[in-house]
Amino acid sequence: MTIHETSAIHGMAESDRLRSRRLRNRIRHEAIQLGIVALVVVLLGILAYAVKAGLAEKGIRFSFSFLANTAGFDISEGWTLTSGEGVVPSLAQFSSDMSVASAFITGIFNTVKVALLAIVLSTILGTMLGVGRLSTNWVVRNLCFWIVEFVRNTPLLIQLVFWYFAVVLRFPPMASAAKLYGGLIVSQQGIYVPTLSWSGGVSILSLILVTATWVSVLGAVFDPVRGMRRICIATAVVCLGLLIATGGMTVDFPVANKFKASGGTSISPEMAALLLAVVVNSASFIAEIVRGAIDALPKAQWEAAGSLSLSRRDTVNDIVLPQVFRVVLPSFGNQYISLTKNTALGIAVGYPDLFNIYGTIANQTGHSLEGIIIVMASYLILSWIISSAVYWANRRLNPIGVSR
Amino acid sequence: MKLLKILTAGVFAGVAFTAANASASVLDTVKQRGVLNCGTDNTAPGFGYLNTTTGQMEGLDVDFCKAVAAGVLGDASKVKFITVTDKSRFDAVLTGQVDVVFAHTTIKPARESSIAIDFLPINFYDGTGLMVKADAGIKEFADLDGATICTTQGSATETVLAAAFKARGWKDSKVLTYENLEKLFSALNSGRCNAMSTDRSALAAWAGNAPKPADYLILPETLDKSPFGGFVVANDSKWRNALRWIEYGLFQAEESGITQANLAEKLKSEDPFVQKFLGSNGGGYGKDFGLSDDFIAQAIKAIGNYGEAYDRNLGPKTKMYLDRKGTPNALWTQGGAIYSPLWN
Repeated sequence: MTIHETSAIHGMAESDRLRSRRLRNRIRHEAIQLGIVALVVVLLGILAYAVKAGLAEKGIRFSFSFLANTAGFDISEGWTLTSGEGVVPSLAQFSSDMSVASAFITGIFNTVKVALLAIVLSTILGTMLGVGRLSTNWVVRNLCFWIVEFVRNTPLLIQLVFWYFAVVLRFPPMASAAKLYGGLIVSQQGIYVPTLSWSGGVSILSLILVTATWVSVLGAVFDPVRGMRRICIATAVVCLGLLIATGGMTVDFPVANKFKASGGTSISPEMAALLLAVVVNSASFIAEIVRGAIDALPKAQWEAAGSLSLSRRDTVNDIVLPQVFRVVLPSFGNQYISLTKNTALGIAVGYPDLFNIYGTIANQTGHSLEGIIIVMASYLILSWIISSAVYWANRRLNPIGVSR
Repeated sequence: MKLLKILTAGVFAGVAFTAANASASVLDTVKQRGVLNCGTDNTAPGFGYLNTTTGQMEGLDVDFCKAVAAGVLGDASKVKFITVTDKSRFDAVLTGQVDVVFAHTTIKPARESSIAIDFLPINFYDGTGLMVKADAGIKEFADLDGATICTTQGSATETVLAAAFKARGWKDSKVLTYENLEKLFSALNSGRCNAMSTDRSALAAWAGNAPKPADYLILPETLDKSPFGGFVVANDSKWRNALRWIEYGLFQAEESGITQANLAEKLKSEDPFVQKFLGSNGGGYGKDFGLSDDFIAQAIKAIGNYGEAYDRNLGPKTKMYLDRKGTPNALWTQGGAIYSPLWN
């Protein structure tokens, strides 16, 4: 046998042994994993049994059947799903003769309403603050710095109570609330804005105008040809004006009554305060994310833009921000999730969000454990939806291979 | 494997512990602990209120807590006040955070049938009322069509208002709920709420405690009755019965004319009824309840009889003054509903 042959046989045996060892390792590995899973399942089962037995001992029935009961209480604002006519569910104002499940849906609706608005507004405000902190203007830079510092370092709950009792409830009462420019009413009972509504008649002229309005609005949003945005916005305004002038649409102005205003659309003081608090708070964190990302950008990007004699504004809009947004999106996602969870503080000012309505339900029905399970599951699902939306947007902005 | 054994052993021990714990009466737990955990409000003047000038808890509910501590532990100071809100009070009892709650709670069937608590006897008869700012031009409930009415979250008032709106067909009226009476009152003052609705006694108390009581008007209507009672965890009759009879003892003491001032003298009384009632000559009622013989005497020593406690907290000398005469809160001998079963 040559040395070569020996080593070949040796090598074969070795690779056999290696293979069987790998197999053994894998079996052991999987067995341990299976064991852990089984253990967790058993422990959860024992825990569930113990909870159920403990509750039964105290005479509490664990059941979700209370969801079908009539609620019996009112909710100050919010819409819920009703079966309506036929199978298609329709939106309707919640009333006390609807079911407990409808009350939960109203709570989810109110939470989502505030969260969505807050996500949009805090992104805009936060980006502005973040860019503002790097402004060359001393006043702007310091103003943004102090706003961000102050808001980030005080508790959100205290900010919320401040916005509600010290700002929103200091608006004039409905009786003396002046109608501001454009029919806007700002009062303690809420902020009322005029709405546009379809007057009913359909003519060729109004159809053309509506189509033109939509096309220009879409044009303004997507800006297909650079610099067309302003023209699109102007066209949309002119078309809308013509629609109203020709009677195709009417403006529904709010009218102040004894206790509240009718007509138009309104934001309740509770929602206004919660929105303000959450938006300002979240924006200050977003500002820090944006500032950090801009700081991390190579200085050469600014210098290159400068050497092309681009203005600062153009540099920020066309060179800095497009690069920054690729980086910050995942951090924004985290911010959106914590913002959504923070809306649960609405209870402090009486805003009927999901957590607030849970409190009422738990007290009127006595099923607080079942209720909190529903509430936790709802927040979990909301967070999942947000993070998958952000993931999707991130994938769109950063295709695989560029950066992830 | 060792870990698994420890874990399962731990879980089984936990289950066994909860089971063992559930069968013991709260009465034994309280006696063992030596302190009564009593759930009260601290924002309801006259019932459970933290007096900011003295730093002391005061009110009718607070006095009942002290009476229970005196009756069970023989010392009125062995009570720890734990603040509960309208929303948290039931869970506080269910989770064992407090032993008993006295927090102006309305007795309602749904609360005993599905929340798994047992109510104690009614210790105050109240009704749901409404309060507005005097300058708002509102004189009666009918003026409030379309208004925003505020109340506390989780209260019985919430359902009473919803039913009242339904009955009158008011579509635009809204109920706004706040965490506690303090926020409710500041929302009324700011003008956010056109009316504040809760039990009439609480309305009187908040108006009475305000810098200018004349700024507020309590509307004449009473929307619904609201009898107040303390409550304990369900299915613990040993604990519930002990507390029930301490409460009845306070009612009976007023009827029999036994007061904080004349207690020492009554303890020497030769009257066999008084002797047995106060447990002064051995053989009181206490033993059968698992309490000391003189448990009623201890409770009276702590807070006086029911009438004395009422006068101290809600009587003519207080800012909120709620007259007992002609109301169910008067003793049954004066046409009221405060009534103790027989003591013989």
